[in-house]
Amino acid sequence: MNLLKVSNLSVAFHTRDGKTQAVDNVSFAVAHGETLGIVGESGSGKSVSCYALMGLIHSPPGLIEKGTALFDGIDLLSASEKTMRQIRGKRISIIFQDPMTSLNPYLTIGDQIIEPLLLHDKISRNLAKQKALTLLEEVGISNAAVRFEQYPHEFSGGMRQRVVIAMALITEPELLIADEPTTALDVTIQAQILALIKKLQQQRNIAVIFISHDLDVIRYMADRTLVMEQGLIVEQGHSKTVFESPQHPYTQKLLASIPQKAKASLYQFRPKQADALLSLSNVSVSFKSRESRFQAVNNVSLKLARGEILGLVGESGCGKTTLSQSIVKLVDIDCGEIRLGEQSLHQLNPSKLKLARKHVQMIFQDPYASLNPRMTVFNTLAEPLKIHRLIDKKGMRDKVLSLMADVGLDPSWANKYPHEFSGGQRQRIAIARALAVEPQLIIADEPVSALDVTIQAQILELLLVLCQQRQLTMIFISHDLAVVRYIADRTAVMSEGQIVEINNTETLYQQPTHRYTKKLLSAKLSSLSAEH
Amino acid sequence: MIRFFLSRLLQAIPVIFIVITATFFLIRSAPGGPFDADKVVSQEVIERLNERYNLDAPLHQQYFDYLHHLVRGDFGPSFRYTNRSVTEMIAAGLPITFELAIYAIMIALIVGIAAGMLAAVKPNSAQDYIPMSLAMTGICMPSFLLGPLLVLVFGIWLQWLPVSGWGYSPGDKVLPAITLGSTYAAYIARLTRGGMLEVLNQDYIRTAKAKGLSTFNIIVKHALRGGLAPVVAFLGPAIAGLLAGSFVVETIFQIPGLGRFYVQAAFNRDYTMIMGTTILLSCLIVFLNMVSDLLAVWLNPRLTLNAKN
Repeated sequence: MNLLKVSNLSVAFHTRDGKTQAVDNVSFAVAHGETLGIVGESGSGKSVSCYALMGLIHSPPGLIEKGTALFDGIDLLSASEKTMRQIRGKRISIIFQDPMTSLNPYLTIGDQIIEPLLLHDKISRNLAKQKALTLLEEVGISNAAVRFEQYPHEFSGGMRQRVVIAMALITEPELLIADEPTTALDVTIQAQILALIKKLQQQRNIAVIFISHDLDVIRYMADRTLVMEQGLIVEQGHSKTVFESPQHPYTQKLLASIPQKAKASLYQFRPKQADALLSLSNVSVSFKSRESRFQAVNNVSLKLARGEILGLVGESGCGKTTLSQSIVKLVDIDCGEIRLGEQSLHQLNPSKLKLARKHVQMIFQDPYASLNPRMTVFNTLAEPLKIHRLIDKKGMRDKVLSLMADVGLDPSWANKYPHEFSGGQRQRIAIARALAVEPQLIIADEPVSALDVTIQAQILELLLVLCQQRQLTMIFISHDLAVVRYIADRTAVMSEGQIVEINNTETLYQQPTHRYTKKLLSAKLSSLSAEH
Repeated sequence: MIRFFLSRLLQAIPVIFIVITATFFLIRSAPGGPFDADKVVSQEVIERLNERYNLDAPLHQQYFDYLHHLVRGDFGPSFRYTNRSVTEMIAAGLPITFELAIYAIMIALIVGIAAGMLAAVKPNSAQDYIPMSLAMTGICMPSFLLGPLLVLVFGIWLQWLPVSGWGYSPGDKVLPAITLGSTYAAYIARLTRGGMLEVLNQDYIRTAKAKGLSTFNIIVKHALRGGLAPVVAFLGPAIAGLLAGSFVVETIFQIPGLGRFYVQAAFNRDYTMIMGTTILLSCLIVFLNMVSDLLAVWLNPRLTLNAKN
């Protein structure tokens, strides 16, 4: 017996640029106690179809064009607002993607957790609090009585997501919609949260719709899987079947895009001589506030040979970004030395520093935020050339256009603005900008984390080709172990400001020696689903 | 908390000092003096007056004398109203201006927040356009136009309310309060709308809706505190502005408040009176800004007083 049966659902958005068909004639069903995984890339309509069920689509611009969604005999799409209010938060709950923004910063987490209980079950505040405390302990928040009175900003990302889960489960819903619930979290936390959702689901026999762009997560969580592309369901079936023998070309392409192993031997680094481009010795960085001192980077030493790609992995807050910023002197170091070639970077005067900075360029995580929205691609790429006076006015245009061609952008797009490009194209612009001044060292800080997996594969390929062609040295920072394994020659693992292990990538992945590396690798979902 | 107050007070001292110094020299550098107005008086009389009010001393001497008196709390005598000290005149006018300002800000808050919320709940609809057009009119309409208009309609044509005075006949406080408050109501409406719209687009509002809360509850429980943050930040300077800006309304409605003294003092070159009122107002501005910062911290758990320093 199906708990939810969605038939022929179509949702469109009407904007100034015309109509976008976000969900196109989609039908699926969820049985009691079952987990249905919906996988697809951004814009595939996976979230929109679930928000439509909850009546969370803003109209205008959104419009549910047709379809029915029978939930225990009630059509969610045509039910009155009053009926919907009784279902939302009581019988169907939802966990949103970003735990940082989905909790109200002005209210204590306690008030937010018990709110649906007070609203739907009309029980006393005391009783609700008792229930909430039990549930908070159950989702792994220790010292719940104290935590209950705290505000969201006093919780880490993983802890907030636990709070959100507790909030969704407190009314004991029959259906739980989880929209990318672990995407914003570190791998070890992700593994914990997924296991937690699974455990709670089995204990309470809740049906779950689990939305994710991450194929490994879906494979681990879902009994059945839907694959969506551009508003359409292209494939659905038992997860095992979908993942092991995908029928639709799009599913096959998705699965092939996941980096599985090391890069092709063509791109492997072959050390010529002991020619260190960058060397860090005993570098420490700390941040001081009035009350406390936070040691972000603690006594790190590291050598990088010319042409080598070093992967830097670790969870958020481990100091990997701070370390990379200290190399371009965006943060000051407390002690130690950073040498680029022959120069000691932190002892240079400002004019020499400007020259040295030319040799080190950064690529940032978010291609949406790191490009100036008011500058055309041409100006974005020409700016570093002008600043470093690398080329005269006449040669500028040719240089910029050839840069664009190098990173796979059509040179005729030179006068477009960043918002006219997709995420992957923007990251290409960011890469071109970094390459413009012909640096020796590229620091890429999570360059593919914001991208869909098929786009990610393209960008990784591009980075490898460019490194090969231009003899670039790169520090590649990522929390994604598979990506680092694919791209890096050597990998360094950071934890609490220190490099706990550094080795050739394959050796490190196959024979990790440090406790923390082992923990990271075992939290990887592909290894989890193997035992599943 | 105490630390916050102390550090703010310390920061305020140089600000007030600069205001005092700048005002002192600026008013004296303007052409004319307190006694060369209307009727022609003999040179001898002027000299005696200058002597009496310490205006014959060198400028820097006058300045230090003034500061010397000031630290003892003495604003000096009024140059214009013989036998009245500035302190006395402020004590007479301030309570009236204060009362007027309080009524005006109450009107501004109630009308402004209500209108702003109505607009934000249904943006780009009649519910949005009508209050916002009114607000725009309110911002554009100067009080010297709105005041007489209100008097004309409610005082003369309809004869519902008195046309002037303060505390003489019932209802004579209504029109001045509305006149003074309307501009601020308009600003607050626009700020509320902006703040609420921003908050209503946050993810946590969607969370609240997914919990099954009604629109009314979402606004009251989840959106209001965040949405009013810009209004709170505006309140400090707004009240100070109200006090300073009340002179037009006080003039229109014949109210014996501080604002009128202030303007008259400026016309009359009543140096001590200008100094007194300026110092008072700048202290108020500093104080009210501090209060609105405190309120902002109280409303937003993510802010702490230390971080604000």
